[in-house]
Amino acid sequence: MPEFVPHFFLYLLIMAAATYLVRMVPLVLVKKKITNRFVRSFLYYVPYTVLSAMTFPAIIFSTGNMWSAVAGAAVALVLAYFGRSLLVVAASSAAVVFLTELIFWFVSLGAACA
Amino acid sequence: MRENNNLKMGIRDGLPICFGYFAVSFAFGIFAVSSGLSILEAVFISAFNLTSAGQLAAVPIIAGGGSFIELALTQLVINARYALMSVSLSQRLGSTVKMRHRFLIAFANTDEIFAVSSSKEAHVGLKYMLGLIVTPFLGWTLGTLVGAAAGNILPDMVVVALQIAIYAMLIAVVVPAAKDNGKVAIAALLAIALSCVFYFVPIFKLIPSGFSIIIIAVGVSALMAIFAPLPDEKAENEEVKKNA
Repeated sequence: MPEFVPHFFLYLLIMAAATYLVRMVPLVLVKKKITNRFVRSFLYYVPYTVLSAMTFPAIIFSTGNMWSAVAGAAVALVLAYFGRSLLVVAASSAAVVFLTELIFWFVSLGAACA
Repeated sequence: MRENNNLKMGIRDGLPICFGYFAVSFAFGIFAVSSGLSILEAVFISAFNLTSAGQLAAVPIIAGGGSFIELALTQLVINARYALMSVSLSQRLGSTVKMRHRFLIAFANTDEIFAVSSSKEAHVGLKYMLGLIVTPFLGWTLGTLVGAAAGNILPDMVVVALQIAIYAMLIAVVVPAAKDNGKVAIAALLAIALSCVFYFVPIFKLIPSGFSIIIIAVGVSALMAIFAPLPDEKAENEEVKKNA
């Protein structure tokens, strides 16, 4: 028998219900096409404002080393500007973070030996 | 309005999200197990929630035997932004999406799936959405399983590097739109500036990050809607009639 922490399934139910309700209620309630110009304009900007606020400055602290994160973010910005696909942008950014981390590791290794 | 209802196209657009999710949920699996949860518990949490920030916040509460109220409130606060995204997504769903399908799509309205479905010119149809959802769901759940069961097979440096993939994906959605449309660029820059203020100015640190994202998104979107609204649909239609 697999082990579970006390009340695990009750925790799981509460958590899943809270997360689902937040997503489901508005999607099910707002069925009609909104015609109000202000609301339409407001909703047009929502994806960009939400995603921008989520990404910055959080991305700078996403790797544990600020310099590798800055390098990764810069590469993502440049490739996205030139219209590269999601996959290319994400993979290149991760690769640059890895290389930067590797360089820092070698440098710290060298400093330790010296 | 045209409608994109192509299953293959949905799967193709979902694959990068799937890989990004695999990486992030891999790290989540490691975190959950090191916090004292079992592999199966970590997988259950991922399969039923599909929310990275929410899950990260929930693990210490569940593993530490925290209160149910605390868990519910944490999830509501961190995930409140999804309510805003669901209202926005409701305006983008095409005619092939029936009422019952909305209950399913809502479950998978994550930041990245929302981002990609918003970046499309045409409305999104049922088949497209199903294609877009299926591989990220699998990637999220399987990544958690592999991370929880064998997290130590990957060196830290690789896990750390993969963490940035999700953010890079969000950049890939916003930047091209901002490049094409100056108003979107202004909205994005305003949101980033405010987000930095909320992050770095000490007094704002008291606000949970889930709330600060909503405050910023609502504030900046409202400001832009007042000063840079979309063209009036009615006026446009009348203009078309006049010219016809």
